[in-house]
Amino acid sequence: MAADTVARSTLALQFARFRRNRLAIVSIWLLALIVAACFLGPYAFPFTGEDADFDFIGAPIDFTSPHLFGTDDFGRDLLVRTLEGGRVSLTIGFLGAFVAGVIGVLYGAVAGFAGGRTDSLMMRLVEVLYGFPYVILVILLSLLFGGGNTALFAAIVFTLWLTPAVIVRSQAEGLARREFVEAARAGGMTSTAIVLRHIVPNCASVVIVYGSLLVPEVILSESFLSFLGIGIKEPQASWGNLIQTGTSAMSTDLRLLLLPGALLVAVLLCLNFIADGLRDAFDPNDR
Amino acid sequence: MLRFIGRRVWDGGLTLAALVTLTFFVMRLAPGGPFSKSRKISPEILANIQKTYHLDEPVWMQFGRYVKGLVTFDLGPSTRFRDYTVGDMISAGLPWSVTIGIWAIIVATLIGVALGVAGAMRRNSAADYVAGIVGVVGVAVPIFVIGPLLQSVFALRLGWVPVGGIGAGWRALVLPILVLALPNVAYISRLTRSSMIETLRENYVRTARAKGVGAARMVRRHVLKGTLLPVIAYLGPATAAIITGSILIETIFALPGIGRHFVDAALNRDYPLVMGITLLYGALLIVLNIATDLIRAWIDPRLRNGR
Repeated sequence: MAADTVARSTLALQFARFRRNRLAIVSIWLLALIVAACFLGPYAFPFTGEDADFDFIGAPIDFTSPHLFGTDDFGRDLLVRTLEGGRVSLTIGFLGAFVAGVIGVLYGAVAGFAGGRTDSLMMRLVEVLYGFPYVILVILLSLLFGGGNTALFAAIVFTLWLTPAVIVRSQAEGLARREFVEAARAGGMTSTAIVLRHIVPNCASVVIVYGSLLVPEVILSESFLSFLGIGIKEPQASWGNLIQTGTSAMSTDLRLLLLPGALLVAVLLCLNFIADGLRDAFDPNDR
Repeated sequence: MLRFIGRRVWDGGLTLAALVTLTFFVMRLAPGGPFSKSRKISPEILANIQKTYHLDEPVWMQFGRYVKGLVTFDLGPSTRFRDYTVGDMISAGLPWSVTIGIWAIIVATLIGVALGVAGAMRRNSAADYVAGIVGVVGVAVPIFVIGPLLQSVFALRLGWVPVGGIGAGWRALVLPILVLALPNVAYISRLTRSSMIETLRENYVRTARAKGVGAARMVRRHVLKGTLLPVIAYLGPATAAIITGSILIETIFALPGIGRHFVDAALNRDYPLVMGITLLYGALLIVLNIATDLIRAWIDPRLRNGR
């Protein structure tokens, strides 16, 4: 027992601690299942979410018909549409969190490593952007970029890189003064190389914890905007605009609201539990 | 303390100036003008309309005109609702938004602090579990999912409250306020719980207990003040959450507040209205953030020096 605890890195120990969190592990499996269903599921059906089936218009849930969860007012299969919508929402969520994370980490690492005037100027910009009402900024930017998926994506990334930048900067500031960084500089390493090889990897723990919180935030932002009609637009499906459609039909039929709503909630729950688990495992100061 | 206030106000002014500039240029550079979607009109009329709204001037002159108007609290005319100025639209909508916003904050703080304190005092009790569930639901179930669901249960099926609109007086506002409060209840109860658990471990609390102070008096006199510091710090983010939420709530429940005006204006490219409401939100957020910092510095002198 003592033998295998000797040579393990901090990161490996932290992951071992994470693996003991049962709620987080169950969440990872459930999330993986939903992701797989969204990306592979639609191929199991002979039609796409945009095909209208005129024999089944507004059909109810019927597991014996070709449309398991029924169809909407245009005869489009609800299950397939919801899965395809999930594909869009999840892609934007993970990709958006990743891109915002990379930008934020690099920005923060450079600011913290540089210190002095560069640092205070760079963080001043972050502070000014922080003062903006976040959703308003996303709406303005997605208008500027002309609407559509790319615009939405850019707007979300543009507003969400701030938090990782602030967190990484405070880490990098401390790291920049450490002996091994000084040794690297004395050994002739360039500043760029030091930031990439020493500063960024040493921020891994915080980045993992706060990066995991970014994913649900991006997914929520996307569906929020699509719900309002500013994000992803019909006929392309996303959880946000499916929920919007479901809301307008809820007086007669709750099904259109419940299926995409339940999937969205399940994904957000899983992501929150995973983030909680990561925080407990990686952040010894907490609790 | 004076330097501290000065610095916060200066920072806030800087943010606001940046916001004015950014919103102005974003709206001007965004594709599609306010009149490009409507039916074909002759070039002369279009030129006339553009002249009326000064859209024919160079952008920097329009910006100057706008800033000049701002100083005198003139936000210009709405380009969508031709007979109204932006000021008219905002003063018609603001009372509704402020009413539900303030009530939502009050409800969220009362329930959130109560749940958090109960959870921290009796950990792993029934109250703690209820707080935990509310915390999870409030964070993971978006307003635009729980809102319509509650609407369909309490308005459509049970008929206790109206589905939307403002025809029924205060009853129409019950559901919107509760739904808007929910995410904040979640955050505040989590925050209160963990902060209180930490405060209960503090030496001065142990001293008070050793001196024989009773439980109720100890919470009131010693623990609550330390506990509420992070909760007060949350006031700033809470305002942001309420603004975001009110945009959804007013859309879902068909309330004539400024959140709904904002979405309509953004969809219709009504530049002056979008900018007016953005600035209002921005100014509100900045003022509340400064107020939050001041209250915190007042409660905890350690925060006055340094940042």
